[in-house]
Parts: sequence; structure tokens; C-alpha cells
Amino acid sequence: MQYQSQAVAKPYFIAAIALFVAQVLFGLIMGLQYVVGDFLFPEIPFNVARMVHTNALIVWLLMAFMGASYYLVPEEAETELYSPGLATLMFWVFLVAAALTVAGYLLLSYSTLAEVTMNKLLPTMGREFLEQPTITKIGIVIVALAFLFNIGMTILRGRKTVINLVLLMGLTGLAVFFLFAFYNPENLVLDKYFWWWVVHLWVEGVWELILGAILAFVLVKTTGVDREVIEKWLYVIIAMTLITGIIGTGHHYYWIGAPEYWQWWGSIFSAMEPIPFFMMTVFAFNIVNKRRRDHPNKPAMLWALGTAVMAFLGAGVWGFLHTLSPVNYYTHGSQITAAHGHMAFYGAYVMINITIISYAMPLLRGRNAANPLKSQVWEMWSFWLMTIAMVFITLFLTGAGILQAYLQRMGENPQPFMVVQEQISLFYWLREIAGVIFLIGLVVYIASFFVGQNDPEATTAS
Amino acid sequence: MAQPFTKIVARNIFYGGTAFFFLLFLALTFDTMGQLPQRDNRAALTGELGPAITKGKLIWEENNCIGCHTLLGEGAYFAPELGNVYQRYGNSTDAIKAFIASRPAEGIPGRRSMPQFNFSDEELTAIAEFLKYVSEINTANWPPNIQG
Repeated sequence: MQYQSQAVAKPYFIAAIALFVAQVLFGLIMGLQYVVGDFLFPEIPFNVARMVHTNALIVWLLMAFMGASYYLVPEEAETELYSPGLATLMFWVFLVAAALTVAGYLLLSYSTLAEVTMNKLLPTMGREFLEQPTITKIGIVIVALAFLFNIGMTILRGRKTVINLVLLMGLTGLAVFFLFAFYNPENLVLDKYFWWWVVHLWVEGVWELILGAILAFVLVKTTGVDREVIEKWLYVIIAMTLITGIIGTGHHYYWIGAPEYWQWWGSIFSAMEPIPFFMMTVFAFNIVNKRRRDHPNKPAMLWALGTAVMAFLGAGVWGFLHTLSPVNYYTHGSQITAAHGHMAFYGAYVMINITIISYAMPLLRGRNAANPLKSQVWEMWSFWLMTIAMVFITLFLTGAGILQAYLQRMGENPQPFMVVQEQISLFYWLREIAGVIFLIGLVVYIASFFVGQNDPEATTAS
Repeated sequence: MAQPFTKIVARNIFYGGTAFFFLLFLALTFDTMGQLPQRDNRAALTGELGPAITKGKLIWEENNCIGCHTLLGEGAYFAPELGNVYQRYGNSTDAIKAFIASRPAEGIPGRRSMPQFNFSDEELTAIAEFLKYVSEINTANWPPNIQG
């Protein structure tokens, strides 16, 4: 750690991991409800478990993005953070808001939560991923603005690197597009059309800038490769991301009432969305091959390369699988969508955040460069357990989705939704087993922070 | 004379490409907004049943229906698609109301079950009218068949 104020990142990372645990536990509850329909009913109905699962994911990714920014921006700008106090204050505001919101989901019925938070004054609730009460959404905006101010002021008064600039553009885009969460017209088609300006332009747009910047930072630090080379790659990757991804939004406009030309625009542009992810894979392996030093933090390198591979598979390959409109006609809103969602979020955003946590945490905990060997071994086991489990979760959901599309939408004699669900329950059981393996991987990951802590720090030679 | 591919060139492609394609996206959005009135069944919103549909959407949202169901294919994949439930239930809002009203409070042993929301008749009508309105949006013939 080169600057004292980078330390504010630590609570963000810890809270992110805690929310990650909550996310996975509620994922397992949902997975079981898929096959044991009355599990925890009516105490925790599926929709509540799903809200906790997806909202915990979003909040922990945002927490980790903020932690990553507080860590890397001062180091890149070569100056202390503008206001460490504001960063710490915003951490607690964000954490308390998130905790209250989750408590509201679990303790109140959703309609009661809507009532006590006065949703009717400005109805924004009850839309997928944007289920948070309006007051929580306003809180998110305040936290995001304070965060952007803090990061922006730091960058302004320090060295302006491409990594910092790209990160700042990504974070600004994140804040700006979130504002569409407040637009909820009574016309459902308009509602859905602009809902995607939050959801798609986040995950297939500006978030990829954040991902690219974090990955570039970790590669600069761990490989010692010339910054000029890495920055050029970064520009090319994010250029391709936005050139394909913005119009690629059209792949969500096929069947929601928008004009049919979106089937062409959406298919052609989103078919190219894997290109930047493939470039990212080539980039990461290229840079690591050209490394000028062997960094002693092996898990950080593993996570960085893992991100590049899994983001390409999850977002690129599994996205392409169902993005062409003639295919999507049969797969839209099926388990294929779920399969893609799981591997894309894990591969791109979970893994990049674990990458920066893996790189930064040993330094935040006062080490020179890396954890002791034993801790590293545990962390690398957790990488393989979680990553392989996620591959199988994705494969089982894909199997379920292919059968679902065929039995319900394509075969000679299309069958009702629930009849089909029962026929494919084997795949849901297997998915749940893979989910348990994922949880074991997560436990091993957390254990890696505690094992062998009194051993000497690993060095390159070991 | 070939120009070397420098960082500055890459940066310019990024800024230029982003600006161009974002503007193109805005132009397409503008055109879409012009075409939507012929497709999105907005006449229903200003008609006699408009207030009921608007109320139905709010009830839909405030009970997190999207947390289990899909609507025009978007949402959760735990329960059936509802964009065409009006047709699936024989073009009957009464059938939709009767289904929602009859859910057992303690669920069905071993099976997925919709919660009992204890809606009033007026609320049930609002939801059913909202779903009927949705079913009349032009979705380019999606879903492929009545099963959703």
C-alpha cells in the first residue's frame, strides 16, 4: 500500500464478501424451491429469496467496485484520496441502507414495504433488479454522487492515467444510467424499453469499462509490462465494447413491443459483443506471457486470467448462444437466460472483483506483496471449486433450458409451463448439487483469509 | 503510408466509435418512439379501463409478481409467462381473477404455489385488466404458442 488513504477500501471489500455469502445462501434456497416447491413457503416465498439473491449481488458488486476505486485511484493518481472521511461515511450509509432494505424484504411483505416507504409518491418498485424501495434508490444516488465526487477530485489533483480515466468514465456512466430507474411510466412498453437503459447499459456497457480498468491495473502491477502497451489494449477493448454493446441493447427489444427492425440491429450488433471479451482473453494471456517479473501473489494472477476466460465464456459464448432473434424467439425468458446470467455475472463481475480483492487485501493487511503460501493454496482451491461449480451450474441450466424450449415452445405438442418444469427437475437437482459445491468453494475462499497467517510471506522463489 | 497503430489511434477509435454509436442508438430510439403508438396498445390506457390498468400495473409492481413470473419474457423463470395469460385463460378476465383469488394460503404440499394475496374484487379486476392490456401489445408474435 503506497498511500494511507487506500485503507478505506478494506471495509468495502469485507462487506462485499459478506453480501456474497448472503447471495449464495439465498441462491441455494431458490434452487431448492425449484424442486421442492413448498420449501420455506409461505415464510420466504421464491420472489423474496430471488430479490435477496439478485440485490445482494448488485450491492456487493457495487461495494467492491467502490473499494477497488478507493484502492487503485490514489495509487494511479499518485496522491492521497481527496476525502477518506467521506469514503468511510459513505461506506456506513451504504451498508446500513442495504441492510435495512434486505431486512425489509425478509421481515415485511413486499406490499407492506411498498406502503411504508411510500412507493406511491414515486412508484419505482417491483421491477426486476430494481425492487429496492424508492428511498433506497435515492440513497444509492447520494452514495454514488459522493463517491464520484471523491474519486473525481482525487483524479483531478493527481496524475491522470488512462486506467483512472476509463474507470471514472465507467463509474460516471453507472451513476447516470441508474437515473433511468426513476422513470416508470404506466405504458409497459416504455417502462421496459428504458428499464434496459439501466440493466443492459450497465452490464454490457459501462460496467465493462470498470472491469477493463481494474484488470489493466492488476496486470500493470503484477506483470511489470509497459503501461503504454496495456493502455492501448484497454482502449481497443472498451472501444469494441461500446461499439457493439450500445446498439446491442436491441437484443432486448425483439419481443416487448418495439419495432421489428430491432431484430436486425440487435442480432447483428450483439453477435459482435463476444469480440471485446475475446480480445480481453488474448490481452490478459499476452500480457502475462510478456511479464517482466514473477509476482509472488499467485492467486491474484489466477483470478485475473480466470476473469478473462470466464467472462468470454459466460458473457461472450453463452450470450451469443441465444442472442440471434430467430433463436431467441424460442429461448427468451427460459432457463437458457438463467444459464447465461449466472456464468456471465460470475465470470465478468464476480471474478474481477475477487481479482482486485485478491491483489489488494494482502497489502491492506500490511504485507509486502502477498499472502503466505498456505493461504494462497487455499485461495487457489477456492478458485477451482467455485469456477468449476459455476461451469456445471451453467451446463445444467443450459440442459434444462434446451429441453424447456423444446417441450414448451417447439415440439409437436407444446406442454404447459409447470408440466415441463416437472419433466426437467433432474437438471434442477444437479444444479443444486453444483450450487452446494460453489458454497463449499466460497467457504474455502473465506478460510483462506485466516489460514497460515503466522507463516512467513510467500516470495517469488517459493 | 501505413500509420502505426498507437495508443492515440486506439483512444480516438474509442471516443469516436462510442459517440457515433450512441448517437445512432438515440436516433433509433427516436424512431422507435414514433412507431410505438401503433404497437404498444396505449389506446387502452386512455380508454374507459385506463385507470384500472394503471392501478393493475401498480399492484403488479407492489406485490413483486416479476419475482416469480415473466411478463413478455422478462422476469423470473419460476412461474408461467403472463404476457399471454389472458388468451391462455380463454380470453377471460374472470378466469384470471378466480385463479388468483383461489390460491391456498399455506401453499400446496411439495409443489410450487402462488401466495394468497387477499386482494379485493376491485384489485383483482385491476390486475386482470392490466394483463389483458399487456396481452394486446404487438410483440412480433411472441410467445411462439399459447403455453408461453
